[in-house]
Parts: sequence; C-alpha cells; structure tokens
Amino acid sequence: MAEMVATRDAYGKALIKFGKMYPEMVVLDADTSSSTRTQWFYNEFPERFFNFGISEANMIGYAAGLSTCGKIPVVSTFACFGSGRVFEQVKISVCWPRLNVKIVVTHAGVSVGEDGASHQAVDDINLMRVLPNMTVIVPADGIETEKAIQYALENYGPFYIRLGRLKLPLVFDDNYEFVLGRMSTLRQGKDATIIACGLMINESIKASQILSDRGIEVRILNASSIKPIDKEAIILAAKETGVIITAEEHSIIGGLGSAVSEVLSTNLPCPVEMVGIADTFGQSGNPEELLKLFKIDADAIVEAVVRGMGRKGY
Amino acid sequence: MQDIANLKELAEKAKEVRRLIIQMIAEANSGHPGGSLSMTDIITTLYFSIMNHRPANPAWEKRDRFVLSKGHACPAFYAVLALCGYFPVSELMNLRKLGSMLQGHPDRKVTPGVDFSTGSLGQGISAACGMALAGKIDKKNYRVYAIIGDGESQEGQVWEAAMSAAHYKLDNLCAFLDFNKLQIDGEVEKIMNIEPVVDKWKAFGWNTLRIDGHSIEQIIEAVGIAHKTKGKPTMIVADTIKGKGVSFMEGRVGFHGVAPTREQEQQALSELR
Ligand SMILES: Cc1ncc(C[n+]2csc(CCOP(=O)(O)OP(=O)(O)O)c2C)c(N)n1
Ligand SMILES: [Mg+2]
Repeated sequence: MAEMVATRDAYGKALIKFGKMYPEMVVLDADTSSSTRTQWFYNEFPERFFNFGISEANMIGYAAGLSTCGKIPVVSTFACFGSGRVFEQVKISVCWPRLNVKIVVTHAGVSVGEDGASHQAVDDINLMRVLPNMTVIVPADGIETEKAIQYALENYGPFYIRLGRLKLPLVFDDNYEFVLGRMSTLRQGKDATIIACGLMINESIKASQILSDRGIEVRILNASSIKPIDKEAIILAAKETGVIITAEEHSIIGGLGSAVSEVLSTNLPCPVEMVGIADTFGQSGNPEELLKLFKIDADAIVEAVVRGMGRKGY
Repeated sequence: MQDIANLKELAEKAKEVRRLIIQMIAEANSGHPGGSLSMTDIITTLYFSIMNHRPANPAWEKRDRFVLSKGHACPAFYAVLALCGYFPVSELMNLRKLGSMLQGHPDRKVTPGVDFSTGSLGQGISAACGMALAGKIDKKNYRVYAIIGDGESQEGQVWEAAMSAAHYKLDNLCAFLDFNKLQIDGEVEKIMNIEPVVDKWKAFGWNTLRIDGHSIEQIIEAVGIAHKTKGKPTMIVADTIKGKGVSFMEGRVGFHGVAPTREQEQQALSELR
C-alpha cells in the first residue's frame, strides 16, 4: 500500500523547503492558512507571510504589485475563492501584465466534501485555462506537488496550481521529474487511453485493475500539466489505442476533457468519453459518496472505457 | 529627473499636458478627456516636482512608483511621460492605434514608465499597496503614488486595499482621490454617494488631507505632509473639476469618454494657450 499524502500537506512542506532557497518568495493567504497549510510557512518565516483577512481580490492585487518589485508571491486560498471569486483580478492584474504570481489553491473539487456547493470548485480549471499567459497544473500526488511548486518558482510567469484536501496514495517517487507540457505514462496499454489529473489518477489506476481482470489493458496518462497540454501524447494515444477517456474532478465543460478534445478535433478526430461532473453544482456529503454520486470514481471510469471501446472505428 | 521648482513653470507644464491630452484624444478620435484633465495638475506636479525617477532608465530600482488606478485617464499619464522623456512626444499621436505602445488603458508591458497595468477600476490601488509593501519588506526608500477616481471609490476592492494599507502601516504610500464629482452616468452623489469620503479614509486608518486639486502649491504641500507622516498611508482628497481647463468640457458628464471634434479641438487649444 502506497503512502498516503494530501497534496496540500506536501505543499506546506514544500513552502518551507523553498522558502529557505528563495529569499524573494513571500506567501499570501486570506484567512485560510491553517487549511491551505501556508501557516506552516508562517511558522518558519513570519516576516514573509501576509494574511489579508477575507479579501481575496485585494490579495491578488498585492501579489501583482509585489511581483513588480522583484518578489515571488505565492498566493493561497481555497480553489473556489482563488479562481472564480478573483477571476477578473487574476485576468487584469496578473495575466495581462504577465506577472510572476503563483496562485496555489487547495480544497478543489467535490472532494472538499461536507462544506457543499459553495466550497466546491468544479469550474476553476476552465476559468484559469482560458486566461492568456496562465499555466495550469493539477498535481496527482504529494511528490508531484512539490515538483510543480519548484517548477513554478524557477520559471517566470503566472501559475495556477490546483490541490486537494484529501490524503491520496503516492503515485511517484523522489526520482520523478516534472516536465511542464508533458504527460507521464503511468501504465501502458493498447485497448484505450485514460487521460486523468489530480485525484482521478488514483481512480484511474483502480479502474485499470478492474479492467485488466476483464482482459482490457488501458494506458494511463497523467495530465497534470493542463496548460500547456501535451498534444503529442494525446495524438499518439489516439493513434495507438483508438479511444480516449478523460477523467477529472471538474465540470465536463471546459476542463481537461475539453482541452483534450480541442487537440483531437483539430488534429486526429477520435472517440472521447468524458468522466467529470455533469453540468451541475456539488452538494454536501463525504468525499467517497460524492465521487460516486457525480460518477467520477473508478466504476464510472470502467463504464466509460467500455462505452468508448464500443465506439472505436465508427 | 530635473525638478521644476517654480510654480509658474509647473503651471505652464500642466497647460502643455492639457494641450497634448486634447490633441491625442482628438487624433485618436476616442479616449477620456474629462478625467484626464481633472488630474492633470496632480500628475504633472508628481512627475516634474515630486517623484524620484529616471526617464532614461524606467526600470531603475530605486525609483518612486506610480499607479494610475483610474486607468482610463491615461492620456494625461502618457503626455507627462512623453514630456519627461520616456518616449518621443510624437508617439502621443499613436494613442489607441493598432500596434501602438500607447494602449487605450495602461499596459506596463509596452509603455516605458508605466509601472502597472490598469483599466479595470478598483484594482490598481491594491497593486500600489503591494509595491509599498515590497518597499517595506526590503527596507527600501522609494515611495509609491497612486490616483483613484471618485466613481472608482464605489468598488469594494478599494476599501479592502484601504484597510490593508493601514494594517501594514504603509507610510511610503501616498494616494490621491481625483474628486471631480462625476462618473459615466452622472453625478457621483446621485448615482452612489461616496460621502463623507474623507471621514471614510480616516476611519480606515489613513492620514487624510483635503486640497484644491488644481492648486500646485497645495499639491506640493500635501505631499510634503504625507512624506513626513509615519505609520500611516496618506490619502489626499483633491477637489477637482472634470474637464478642467476647457470651458465646454468643465463639469460636463458628456466629456467623460468622448473625443472632441476637430473644431472643438481648435477651440480647446486656443483656450489652453
Ligand atoms: C470595474 C470597472 N467597471 C466599469 C468600468 C467602466 N468605466 C470606465 S471609467 C468609469 C467611470 C469612472 O468614474 P471615476 O472613477 O469618477 O473617473 P473619472 O471621473 O476620474 O474619469 C467606468 C464606470 C471600468 N473601467 N472598470
Ligand atoms: Mg469622477
């Protein structure tokens, strides 16, 4: 059994590690620091941590201003408040001037659980992906989270990194190399390709075992880099396996499934099945119940693979 | 930057800025004359007599920063930058044209001397606060100036910024409210009253001053007081006249975002001689 680590916990540790390496790094939060784990950074570097209280729009503006003066602001809050709530501030104050601001959100998707719809960001990949100059990353586990944070700190420009609340099994080990715009292959297979991100990687791995027992061998690609997206890997998967199943903890409108479909429809049309949240709001419940309710668990992926394979060659 | 010490000379400079505002907006046949003319004395005084900056080196680290939070009034900003030498004055005639370095709203990526991109009201003031905070973190001596509008003051983000700047004791920040009493749809007082606005800033923890925003002497004096104030940011509420300097634009809501015709341009220029 793989070690279980929440991506937000990996983030909290990474902040302390990189805080030592990057003196120009400052961390901003809006009264969510105990949950986003930026408090761990505060405990080590109180003079480089700024809590804005509940004023997300203003916090994004500060981050922009700080970055024009050579700081590397890392801004955190829950995904719902770090995307939709501040969409226009991110667009005009960060992306348009292409500033070096790193937005790292936690508690993305319905796996927030009991807090319900107001706190479940299922539209944020869509919102952030559409912004020019923005890079969007959804790490699959704690190790990839640390690598993605490091990548963001080492490379100039706006980043949106989407983390979750739950503990997840580690997929990678310390030798894993994060490459922006490249999907890593987690499993080889010829019958279908699952392209997933975030906690859906874990569900995809579970689905692949169920499918393997039935004699179906799927390829699994980790699409942590949503933007830029790995066109070559998508086209190659379409050529070699003939059907693509996307899986994300996000609306099927505008997220990973859309990004993959955009590549395929303009390059190599191929059947796509999208596992994601239908056009609806979330609700309260425990995470496992919610993944089942919204049909974004391993069982839903298995069904989608079977359905997709039935469409091959049409 | 060589400061202009003489008040008369500064007033002449402001007049030259006003002429350029009229010419560039007329040439573009679009833009915002009213709010550009109301803040002309403030921005001219800032750049020619107060701020520490080097037009030959716009990225100079020690420079004072300026954020035009009411970004639509950039013709005044661009005219001042050109007269300071950031780019040729002739460039002003390319305002709002395809491929121009002078975009319809300030774009820091393409215009030398522009420290922050604005246009969506309410956002620039937060960024100015961020610049001031960076100065505090690094114990640098540069100061940050910003201008916001009275209509803009209806945005909630302005008050988030107000609260935070006092919290972080950003005494290196000095903002102006261009209190010209008008916004797009009419009088600020009738659309969504912001008064008592001095009391509001005071209540948010700022050092507040109220001046005649067309008196260069008062502008200089107020900034001097801001400079000496410790532990608090300063808000200078400047009473101004929208369209100041051009008789048929003064106090007229219709000239918020409408360019003068060529005839009106000539009349305005003759008034500004
Ligand atoms: C967020 C936002 N909403 C609306 C506008 C459109 N707009 C441009 S100028 C303006 C009025 C601004 O009034 P004020 O702040 O008083 O500026 P001034 O009178 O100095 O021109 C509006 C509503 C905008 N630029 N940004
Ligand atoms: Mg006004």
